[in-house]
Amino acid sequence: MDRVAIVGLGQTTYERRKEATFEELVFEAATAALSDAGADIAAIDNIVTVSNDFWDGRTISSMAIQDAAGSWGKDISTVEGDGTFGVLYGLMRILSGSFRTTLVVAHVKGSEGVMNLITNAMFDPIYQRALGIDATSSAALQARAYMGLSGATEEDFAYVSVKNHKNALGNPYAQVAREITVGDVLASRKVADPLKLLDCSPVSDGAAAVVLASGEGLKRFKRNPVWIRGVAHCSDAYTLGYRDLARPRALRQSAQQAYAMAGIKDPARDLDLAEIYDAYSYMELMWYEGLGLAPEGGGAALIRSGRTQIEGEIPVNPSGGVLSAHPVLVAGLARIIEAVLQIRGEAGARQVKRAQTALAHGINGPCGQAHCVFILGA
Amino acid sequence: MGKRVAVVAFGQTYQKSSRKDVNGVELINEAVRACLADAEMSIRDIGAIVIGNMDHFEGINYVDMWSVEGSGGVMKPILKVTTGGTTGTTVAMCAYYHVASGLFDRVLAIGWEKNSESDTTGAIITAFSPFWERPNVGGAIAGLAVEASKYMHNFGVTERDGARIAARERIHALNNPYAQIHENWMQGMDVNTIVDLIVTSEQNQMLAYPLRMSDMCPRTDGAAAAIFASEDVAERIAPVPAWVAGTANRHNYVYLGDIDWDHNDTLEGASRAVFEKAGIREPLKEISVCELYLPYSYAGLKWMESIGFCGPGEGPKLAWDGVTDMGGELPVNPSGGVMSSNPIGATGLIRVGEAALQIMGRAGARQVNRKVEYALTTGFGGCGWADVMLLGRARPS
Repeated sequence: MDRVAIVGLGQTTYERRKEATFEELVFEAATAALSDAGADIAAIDNIVTVSNDFWDGRTISSMAIQDAAGSWGKDISTVEGDGTFGVLYGLMRILSGSFRTTLVVAHVKGSEGVMNLITNAMFDPIYQRALGIDATSSAALQARAYMGLSGATEEDFAYVSVKNHKNALGNPYAQVAREITVGDVLASRKVADPLKLLDCSPVSDGAAAVVLASGEGLKRFKRNPVWIRGVAHCSDAYTLGYRDLARPRALRQSAQQAYAMAGIKDPARDLDLAEIYDAYSYMELMWYEGLGLAPEGGGAALIRSGRTQIEGEIPVNPSGGVLSAHPVLVAGLARIIEAVLQIRGEAGARQVKRAQTALAHGINGPCGQAHCVFILGA
Repeated sequence: MGKRVAVVAFGQTYQKSSRKDVNGVELINEAVRACLADAEMSIRDIGAIVIGNMDHFEGINYVDMWSVEGSGGVMKPILKVTTGGTTGTTVAMCAYYHVASGLFDRVLAIGWEKNSESDTTGAIITAFSPFWERPNVGGAIAGLAVEASKYMHNFGVTERDGARIAARERIHALNNPYAQIHENWMQGMDVNTIVDLIVTSEQNQMLAYPLRMSDMCPRTDGAAAAIFASEDVAERIAPVPAWVAGTANRHNYVYLGDIDWDHNDTLEGASRAVFEKAGIREPLKEISVCELYLPYSYAGLKWMESIGFCGPGEGPKLAWDGVTDMGGELPVNPSGGVMSSNPIGATGLIRVGEAALQIMGRAGARQVNRKVEYALTTGFGGCGWADVMLLGRARPS
């Protein structure tokens, strides 16, 4: 793969309810990314936007934000899925040789929709929707399946919530940042057994953007590049009953392909940090295993060991992760942005030591059906 | 630098107003199987999948995830792209970039829609600003009616000119077994007589002046799939691959009220970019056949000017002179086009697939009577948006 770099980053803060419109959020994030790169929209050859018609309550959800993304007179397309998949498409467009730079921008306003209904619409309309199944109740089934496989307990899940909400205190963009105890998590309101309120990510509003550039394209910018070393994506089966919900084989395949591309042999040793899509606390433990940071069934032991703490050997979600802000679609892009900030050494209070190589991860579909894994390096 | 890319296989369902015998996943599966059979390939040979539709027509969120058991995406890389009416061409472009990037050699592009499950115009209206445009002009028809009125005013164009395009598209569709609309009464009839009948028919309901039922595309249940392959494998899959000579799009607008109706500047911009890349100087002479996303009749007049096939106001002459008929200098839409079948998320991909068949010489009764060097395809959607993909017989330099 030819070399493509991330050279500009922009995020809005993530909040429960923002007054700004979709256009204003996109404009804020895109402008911030261009400004971070040290250029303006004239330096951008093409654009990939990321949005979802259900979350926006608009058909052709990208239509509302074309001008805010700076599309006038430029080639532009829209990915409907997590922001990591948007960056992947932006990368392909540069690798094709047609463009030297891509702006990728994602937005969502969770506050304008009803999460339960929007995620209920992911499920089979004939047999499943009427049961009321949604992102959280399906995740609860997965958490149970994972507990059965691994022996992990609700207390183990709580350790993830405690770590990530504490890490978020160092992240000015995070929405839910606080010191909590395992007892607080266990005592929080039950949402869908075994998940409690503090096991679940919040509903969030926000936008994020990155600027990608080829080696030639980099000459237009002032920033030092962070390179994309490896990337892969993969989807598991859709029907929950067709999947082994406790074993994230699509993540395993994506990770192994991305590692091979990036020359990573032992991820726990070769990666300096990981920003992963912990929409629910238990997911972080499962993704440890899918990413090869822990053996199958070893996620709980890894969180308990403290090695994924911000000062540990392989810090995971030093930003506070998705548990601390969950702008759907934007969240994976935020993982990439956080990984780049760490490699740049610009992560402020959440900076980990010696961050040279980082992993960023996004998911699509119910219970992490599809995964996209990026390896980024200085 | 990137890889050269060709379309090597195409499959589609028979386009129908309603397919109650299948659900969406089964419909997708029909097109995928047809395409794989066309390529003499198995789903195991496919490296990645790109899929697109418009969510609110079927009410399914995360369609790429929901459909993997029909699309063949289980344990494969799959990506969803969607841009409204341009979705089908957007899918084609995305598959092109997948292969051109060098990351994948064989990519399956899928577009589909089951419009019978939707209130199509009701859904499209929500694409527009809830404050400024939904109450007055939003939806599929109103903006086009404004465009047609302005075009008629500027150049003295008549309803007969519009009907001439409607007649052409429906006459061509008679050669296409996959088309939804087969106006069998037009078979063998003089085109002037057809036009007279269209414009005088009392049953031809006015929708928004000057657009009548006959001027508009239908809504369709259907799916299409194409395989895009790299230069390393294309010629092993298809004896005559349809090479992508260039592709570009322009999606400039958010508000219909911002559009300069005297021009179609998105189609102009995207066409210019593609012609420049492919070295096309005289489109009318160099392009052998077109599969254009013409959602309504007057687009077949005005947008020919935007692409550069003729000068401003000359679209009607091109049509009446028969230039764009099957035997003419530049046959447009041998398939019958969008006005004969419109499964929205698939519509643009069908243009690309039909153009590829023309280059391959495999279009059956709708095959044009010459060797096709270049076939031009377009997509239309969103708020006056345009996608353009040019396919060619020659491997790009």
